[in-house]
Formats: sequence, C-alpha cells, structure tokens
Amino acid sequence: MKTIGKVIAVLLIAMPLTALVIKPASAGVDVFACEPEWGALAKTLGGDLVSVYTATTAYQDPHQIQARPSLIAKLRRADLLVCTGSQLEIGWLPVLLRQAGNRRVQPGQPGNFAATEYVTMLDKPVSVDRAQGDVHPGGNPHIQTDPRNMALVAKALADRLAQIDPPHAVDYAARYKDFDAQWQTALVRWEQQAAPLRGVKVVVHHKAWSYLFAWLGIESVASLEAKPGVPPSAGHLSEVVAQLRNQPAKMVIRAAYQDGRPDEWLAEHVPIRVVVLPFTVGGSDAAADLFGLYDDTITNLLEGAK
Amino acid sequence: MKQVFMGTVCLAALGLSGSVQAAGAGQAGNAFNPSIGLILNGTYAKFSQDPAGYAITGFPLGGESDPGTAGFSLGESELSITANIDPNWYGAFTLAMGSEDVAVENAYVQTTSLGHGLTVRGGRFFSGIGYLNEQHAHAWDFTDTALAYRALLGTQYGDDGVQLRWVAPVDLFTEVGAEWLRGDAFPAGGSANEGRGAWSGFVHFGGDVGSSSSWRAGLSYLSAKAEARITGDGDSFTGTSKVIVADVVWKWAPNGNAYNRNFKFQAEYLHSKNEGDFTPEGGSLTAYSAKPSGWYAQAVYQFMPRWRVGLRHDQLKADSPGPAFTNTVLDSQGHSPKRNSVMIDYSNSEYSRFRLQFNRDQSLPEADNQWFLQYIMSLGAHGAHIF
Repeated sequence: MKTIGKVIAVLLIAMPLTALVIKPASAGVDVFACEPEWGALAKTLGGDLVSVYTATTAYQDPHQIQARPSLIAKLRRADLLVCTGSQLEIGWLPVLLRQAGNRRVQPGQPGNFAATEYVTMLDKPVSVDRAQGDVHPGGNPHIQTDPRNMALVAKALADRLAQIDPPHAVDYAARYKDFDAQWQTALVRWEQQAAPLRGVKVVVHHKAWSYLFAWLGIESVASLEAKPGVPPSAGHLSEVVAQLRNQPAKMVIRAAYQDGRPDEWLAEHVPIRVVVLPFTVGGSDAAADLFGLYDDTITNLLEGAK
Repeated sequence: MKQVFMGTVCLAALGLSGSVQAAGAGQAGNAFNPSIGLILNGTYAKFSQDPAGYAITGFPLGGESDPGTAGFSLGESELSITANIDPNWYGAFTLAMGSEDVAVENAYVQTTSLGHGLTVRGGRFFSGIGYLNEQHAHAWDFTDTALAYRALLGTQYGDDGVQLRWVAPVDLFTEVGAEWLRGDAFPAGGSANEGRGAWSGFVHFGGDVGSSSSWRAGLSYLSAKAEARITGDGDSFTGTSKVIVADVVWKWAPNGNAYNRNFKFQAEYLHSKNEGDFTPEGGSLTAYSAKPSGWYAQAVYQFMPRWRVGLRHDQLKADSPGPAFTNTVLDSQGHSPKRNSVMIDYSNSEYSRFRLQFNRDQSLPEADNQWFLQYIMSLGAHGAHIF
C-alpha cells in the first residue's frame, strides 16, 4: 500500500517534468477545427503556415460529440479554435475549454473563432422552448451549406490568422485573395448549374439545409424529425406519407452521417428519390475539398430532381 | 445550514457579476444571467428485503449509502447554476434537493485563463479520483452507484478544498491532478488537521483508437484522516483511510457517430487500507487494521436511437480485522458481498430518460431483489457532460 502511494507520488512529480522535456511538435499556428469544413478552410488559407487538427468527421453528428480525452489533449496545444458557434457545439466544446487549461482559445480571446458571427443567421427563433425540440436560440447553425457564407467566413478567418500570426499577415492576405477569386468564379458556375433546382420541393431528414435552400430556391415541405433533434418516429413518418400523397416532393435529403432507414422507408411508401449529400468536406469521395463539397452537392441534387 | 448559507453567497456573487456587466453593456438586465439547469428525478422502487435494514456485511457505511426508498419517491433534484464570472474565472453551483434534505453538492470557482494546461479550482466539489466519482447522479448509467463506491467512498467523495489539474502538452491525453481537502466526508471525518484532513492525487491518460473508439484510464490515491468518524448507529473510527482507485473506460460508436448505436464499458478497482482505532457501537476502543477492496464492471449498449441496455457486476471483499470485532459491523461473517444488475432505458430526447433496472443485491448474505423504475428529466440549460 505504501509502495503504491509512493509510486503515485513519484508519477505526480515526474510526469510534468517529463512532458516539459518533450518539445511540442508543431509547425506554425496550431489550429483546432471543430468541423471538417472549417478545417479545410483553415488549411486553404494557412497552407504550410498552419497545422490543422479536425475534431470531427463528416460521418459524425456535430451536435453529439463526446468530450473525448484526445480532444482535450489537442485543444491544450491549439493557438486557434475554429468552430461553427451558435450553440452547435454546446454539448461538448464547453467541457473541452474548461478542461484543456488553454488561455489562448477561451471565448473573448483572438484564438477563439466562431464562424456564425460573420454571416446572417436564418431560422432565428422568436421564442425558444424545448417543446420545439433542439432549437438553437442564435439561429440555425448549419451555415456551411451555402457557399456564399464560406466566402464571408474565409475573409474573417484570414484576418484572424493574420492577427494571431502577424509576421505572416501578408501571406494570409495573399492566400485569401487567391481563394476568393477562385471561389467567386465557382459561385457563378454553381448558380448556373443549379438553376433547374429553383422551386423544387423536397423533404429533409433534419432541418440542416436552410442556407442551401435559401441560396438555390429549393422548397422544403416536410421534415422526418417531428422536432429538430428528436429521432423520426413511426407516427410522424405516417403523417409525412399522408402529406406527400397530396403534395408530392421530388426527393428526401439527408446528410452523410444520418441514419438512412427512415428515408428508405419513406421511399418505399411514396414515389420519392433518396438523396445523400456530403454536408461537409469528406462526406463523400467527391467532396474531398471545399470546391468538391458544393460540386458534389449540386450534382446529387440535380440527379434527384430529374 | 452553513451549507445553504454558502450556496446563497455563491448565488449572490454570480448574480451580481452578471447584473454589473449587463448594466455596463447597456443591455437587458438579464442578458448575463448564468445558465440555470434543473434535473428532476423520481423513482418507484420495490425491494424483497426491507431497505431500512440495508447494510453491506463487513463495511461501515458513510454518506447516503442506502439503496433507496420503497414505493414512489422523489429522488434528488439537482439545481445547477454556472457561468463565466469574468475573463479569469468560471463558477458552478449545484444544489441537491431530496424530499427531506438539501445539500450543496458543488459550489466552486475555477480558473479559465492560467494557460499552460493548468486549472485551479476551489470550493466544494466531487473529488477527481476514480471515474464515477466526478459524475453527477443524473449522468450515471444505472439508478444507483457501484457497491465499491458505496462501501469505500461513501457513495461519492465530495469535500471542501482546492484542486490543481495540469494537462501535458502531448498528443496522448495526460492529466495529473492533486487536491487538498477539508476531510469532512466519508471516508474522512472530523475535519482533522484543523480542516485539512485529506489529500489526493490522480493521473489520467486517454486517446482514440481509429475513429470509432476512445478510452481513458486513471490511477488515483486518496489519503483521508478520520477523527471520531461516526457511521451507522454509532460506530466510531479514528485513524487513516487510504484508497487507491484504478479505472478504465472505453467507448465505441461506428465511425464515432453515437446517434444510432454506441457502446460503453467501464471498470474500476478500489483498494482501501484502514488503520487506527475502531469503537463499535456499545463496545470499547480497539486497535484496527484492515484492507477491504472491491471492483465493478459494467457495459451499456445503445442498440437503436433512444434505447439502451446495460449490465453490471459488483463485488466486494471485506478484510476481517480479527476476532476482536466478531459480531460488530466489521465482521465479514465469511460473506463476499456482490450484486448483479441489468437495466434498460429509453430517452425521448437528450433531455428526458426513463429507466427500468433490476438488481440482485447480495450486500447481505440474504439476497435482495430490487426493482427501480426511474425518470430523469433535464430542464433549462444542460451543461455538457464530461467523457
């Protein structure tokens, strides 16, 4: 017993010392991105000047991430935290921030970047009540589904990188200029390609596409979740079927991370196409980068609207 | 009463910081109100043995160590208030209200801006030892806690004091922590050394295996002084109780997406060494030395959205301190307490849960079949859960 006590005492003293000797292996600005789209954007704007860690993948529900020990360890060393904000990460990020002991990334510090602060929010509830499901008081946080938002966030993020890493401010500005030129060209192309989608009626799995629909003029007529965040129930699905018999829709849309069974069930009961969108970078083979994300999204939507 | 008073002071402090800032920002007076959350919890329980006669053979029990109340009963409702106080401090307050008593579970402030991986906390809090110890009752995967926690840590060891944590700047999650505590709660008692009767140290490691699995393992040590610590109907202990806890938790979800299916395994081993003088109820002071221990392992599986099932096994070993204690609370009577549990729960959303649990509890030689039907509901702000 005494020996074990001593072993722990020695560990308590020795471990901090050992860890101090191990030099943190980081090149440039350490970026902790909450979601893949922000990781990809930081990589695009920072290039070799940043080292990016992305906390989640396209196959994970960003609302429901565990405050894993690995994430605490990564956030401990981060210089810049890039997240969506608007309470999307409220179930896990506050715990990471409290446990990581990293002053640089606390709210109010330059190292804390929330993308939703730089765009116009949609679906902002007039009043909030949990009877409405998992609503976000600040508005719908899934802003990355509209590429025009990506352009706004890119500008703000480039400025923030310059603020954190002033010696390379010129590089970030140049990289942003490059990115923005390509992005504006791509935006024109996407809007031309997506013109046939205007007015198309769709059913969504989760209310995650408000920004995409506002951009392309798509009309959402029903949601498989009776309330946001509440799993689709048999009762609600029957109601959707009844509604669609009177008021048909072209396709039912879900993100790569969502369970496909309710969508497949729906497609068995009414003539409707099931469309899986990448939702973020890495959500499909084609969505390997930010450009691929919207290319693939529009390709899939056009396929579904045929 | 003192506890309630402390809480009021803390509440007032939080409220004040909010209103001052709000006035400065020229916004509505409640814009900076702290997050307020309430957990409502109630149980219907059925026991084949009278719960009033509950005991664990060979173990003096401290804290709230009973298995519950038969029939309908209100469990502990937890009121929690949290907020950033200013750029350097975060404060948290949790009041646990049973039907007859109110206790301040947490009332602490902690730093947010020390940097270098350091966090200092002061006030009243659940010690960072073990895995289950820091989790609030509403976050438990079973209605009740592990038998080893009930027997060796008074269900959950919380005390007044200070805590220092440090996260190492390495990719493998490595955290060390130390606490210096009042020593007022079981297994400590009597606030020895002028109110500095206990200390602890712990080490945690953790990481991911691929994108589907993550784990945490820890080793903790608690050294607690007891001065005339009273348990049960008047058993008194003066001496030291040292507890070692080894814990491991492993979580799995396909691609790390816990929404549809996920699995969680956790196990802990607790080993205690008690030395001092024990005065059994109605008996005389006798030198006492023993090393009781215990462990549990549990697995919880969410097989579809909303539904989870769980299994748990508990086992204790009371170390008989010798013939001087025959027929006292410390007499193990050759019995090894154990318990098997199975539960199923349903969550309509992440804010509401219903649970049905069955225990075959052999804390005493005669087995007790225990049934629990429980609801746990979360109102208002619900803070993120620790891993």
